[in-house]
Amino acid sequence: MTPFTNDELKWLGAGAILFAVAALLPLVDQGFYLSLSVNIMLYAALCTAWALFSGPTHYVSLATAAFYGLGTYTVGLGIDAMPYPLLLAIAALIGAALAGLVGAATLRISGVYFVIFTFGLAELVRQLVTWTQTKFATAIGLYVFTDLFEQHIYWMLVALTAAVFLTAFLINRSRLGFAMQIIGNDETVARHVGIDTARSKIVLFMISGAFIAVAGAIMAPRYSYIEPPSAFNPMISFLVVIMALLGGTKRLWGPLVGVIPFTILMDQVSARFPNHTMIVIGLAFLAIVYLIPNGVTGLLEQARARWKARAARMGQEKAA
Amino acid sequence: MLRRNFIALAAATAALTLAGAPAFAQDVIKLGASAPKSGPLAGGAAVTHWPNIQLWMKEVNAAGGLKVGDKQMKIELVEYDDKTNGEEAIKNIQRLATVDNVDFLVAPYSTGLNIAAAPMIAKYGYPHIATTAATDGVKDFASRWPNSFWMLGTSTQLAEGIVQTLTKMKDKGDIGNKVALVNVADAFGLELVGAAKPLLAAGGFDIVYETSYPLGTQDLAPVISGAKAAAPDAFVAFSYPGDTFALTEQAQVQGLNTPVFYTGVGTAFPAFAKRFGAAANGIMGIGGINSSDPGVKGYLELHRADLGSDPDFWASATTYAGLQILGQAIEKAGSLDKAAVVEAIKGGTFDTVIGKVSMPNNVNENVWTVGQWNNGVFEAVAGDGLSVGAEPVKKAGWE
Repeated sequence: MTPFTNDELKWLGAGAILFAVAALLPLVDQGFYLSLSVNIMLYAALCTAWALFSGPTHYVSLATAAFYGLGTYTVGLGIDAMPYPLLLAIAALIGAALAGLVGAATLRISGVYFVIFTFGLAELVRQLVTWTQTKFATAIGLYVFTDLFEQHIYWMLVALTAAVFLTAFLINRSRLGFAMQIIGNDETVARHVGIDTARSKIVLFMISGAFIAVAGAIMAPRYSYIEPPSAFNPMISFLVVIMALLGGTKRLWGPLVGVIPFTILMDQVSARFPNHTMIVIGLAFLAIVYLIPNGVTGLLEQARARWKARAARMGQEKAA
Repeated sequence: MLRRNFIALAAATAALTLAGAPAFAQDVIKLGASAPKSGPLAGGAAVTHWPNIQLWMKEVNAAGGLKVGDKQMKIELVEYDDKTNGEEAIKNIQRLATVDNVDFLVAPYSTGLNIAAAPMIAKYGYPHIATTAATDGVKDFASRWPNSFWMLGTSTQLAEGIVQTLTKMKDKGDIGNKVALVNVADAFGLELVGAAKPLLAAGGFDIVYETSYPLGTQDLAPVISGAKAAAPDAFVAFSYPGDTFALTEQAQVQGLNTPVFYTGVGTAFPAFAKRFGAAANGIMGIGGINSSDPGVKGYLELHRADLGSDPDFWASATTYAGLQILGQAIEKAGSLDKAAVVEAIKGGTFDTVIGKVSMPNNVNENVWTVGQWNNGVFEAVAGDGLSVGAEPVKKAGWE
C-alpha cells in the first residue's frame, strides 16, 4: 500500500475529530435530538454504504431493504442463543454472502434490469425468511430485549458510519478503487485493459451489503419486536437512493450532505403536517429535483467554483 | 416559470406552517398521540384508533374537561404520524416527551408499534394503556414495563374462543368435526394457530386441511379451493384485514358453503359488513361486542351520532375504554403526576363502555373473543369473563 500523503492525513484527522464530536452528543441530550440523530446516523451509514457500490458503478441498487432486513432477522433469531457482538459479525457475513450470490448472478446485467432485480430481491428474501420462520423456527414472534438503550445504539451507528467511511477511503486509494473508477467511466474500456470487471463489482457489492446488514443488526434492539413488514420495509431502499442522490455520489461525503438536510426536512414535515405528510414530502421531492438537480455536492462545488472565479478576478484587478 | 411557482408554493407552505401552531393556554392537559396515518396500518388506525381519540376528547371537553384536584382542565391533542414504522414511533414519543412536554400519551396502534415504543414510554414513566395489542407476551410485558397496561387479551384467549364456539356447535349437532385451518404466516397468525391446534385436537376435531400463506398474498383462490376439496364443516382462518376480505370474497365466488366461516382481523370492520351486505350474516371473526349491554349501546350511539359511522367491533370500544380509564385515573389521582396516575390505574376499578375494568396485574383478562355478523351488528358469541348477547348459529349460504 502506498503511504498516506499529507493531504490524506489531514482528511483522516479531520474525519476522526468530526466522529469524536458526534459521539459526544448523548452526553448533551438524551431526548428528542438523540432520537433524531439516531435516524440521521442510520441513514448516513446506509447511504454511504450504498454509494460505496452504486456511486462508482452507477448501478442503482434497491436491495438495501434485503440486506437490512437480513441483519435485523439475524439478531431476532439468534439473540437468545448467542452474544450480541457475535450476531453483528454473523450479520455482516450473511450480508456479504447474499451480496456475493446475487452479484455473481446479476452484476452482468445492467441498467434498469438490475434496478428491478434488486427491488424484487428484497421481497424474495422477505418471503424466504417468513417461510423459514414458519417451517423451522421454534419461537413464535421475535422479540429482541437487550439492555441496549438509545445512546448505545447511537454510538454503534457512529462507529459503523466511521468504519464505512474509513473503508471507502481505503478502497478509493487502492487498486480496486482505481478499477472501479475506470469501470464507472466505461466498462468496455475497463475490460479491454484487463480488469476483471465482474469480480471487482462483486467484491464491492459484498462490502456494501455487509455494512448494510450490520446496520440492520444494530437497529434490531431498537425495534424490540421483529416482523417482516418493518424489517424489509421497501421505503428504506427508496429513501437511501433519494438521500444519496440528493447529496451526490461523486464524493465520499456526498451522501452525508444529503442525509442531514433530508432527514431534518422529513422530520419537520411530519411534525408540522401530521395529516398530510406524504403530500408535502412529494412536493419537497419535486422541489428538490427542479431546484438542485446536481445534488448538494453539485451546489457546493458550483459555489466554490464561483468563489474561485471571483477570487481570480479580484486577483487580476489587484494586479492591474 | 416553474421555479417561480415553486417559490410561491414554498411560501404558502411556510405560511400554513406558522398558522398551524397550536394556541397555548394554561390549565390544559396536553395529550400526545403517535400512530399510523400512512403506511400499511393507516387504514386500520383510521377506523379503530384516531376516531376514538377525537370522540373521547370531544366528550370530555364538552363536559368542561377533567377535574384535576380543584381545577377543571380541558384536553388538547398533539398528534404525529408514525408511518407504521417503529423507528418513527420511537422518535415521535421522544418528541412528545421532550419537545412538546405532553402530560400524557395515547398508546400507539398495533402490537408491533406498542412494543417498539414501550421502552421509551417506560423511560419517561407515562401510563401506557395498550388497547390494540393482542399477543401471548402481555404478562411478560406487564412485568417488564410496570407502567404498561394491556387490554385486548392474548392470542390464546382468542384461539380458545373459536374452539369453544366450535365445540358448542358440535355438541348441539350443528356441525361435524372437520375443520379447515388457515393462517397468515406472521407472528400473529402463527401464535393463534399454535394455540388453536392442541385445543382442536383436545376437543375431538379433525383438521382436514391446513395451510399458511405469506403476509400480503393477493391471490387466495388456491387456499379456498384447497379447503373446499377437503369438505370441512368449519373454515377457520387467522387472517389480517386484506386477506380477510380476499378469503371471504373467494369463498363467495367458489361457493364454499361451510356452516362455520371464521376469518381473523378485519371481520369486525364496518367496511366488511358494507362490502358483503346480507352475505356477511353468520360470518364469524375475532372480536365482537355485546350490543345489549347498556355501556356498549351508549358507545355505539355516540359513535354513530358523532362520526356518522359504526366503529370497528373489536378494538374500537377497547380503545375508547382505555382513554376513559386514563381520564378517570387522572381525576382519581387528582394530579398530573404520571407515577400517581399509573398507581391509580393499577389500584382502581373503572366504569367503561366495555364494562367494569380492573387491572391489578396490568392485564385486562375480560375480553370478547368471537363475534358473528347479524344484520349489521357484530355480536359477540364467545367471551372470556364477559357475558355475551347471542349464541353462535349456523351460517346460511352466500345469498
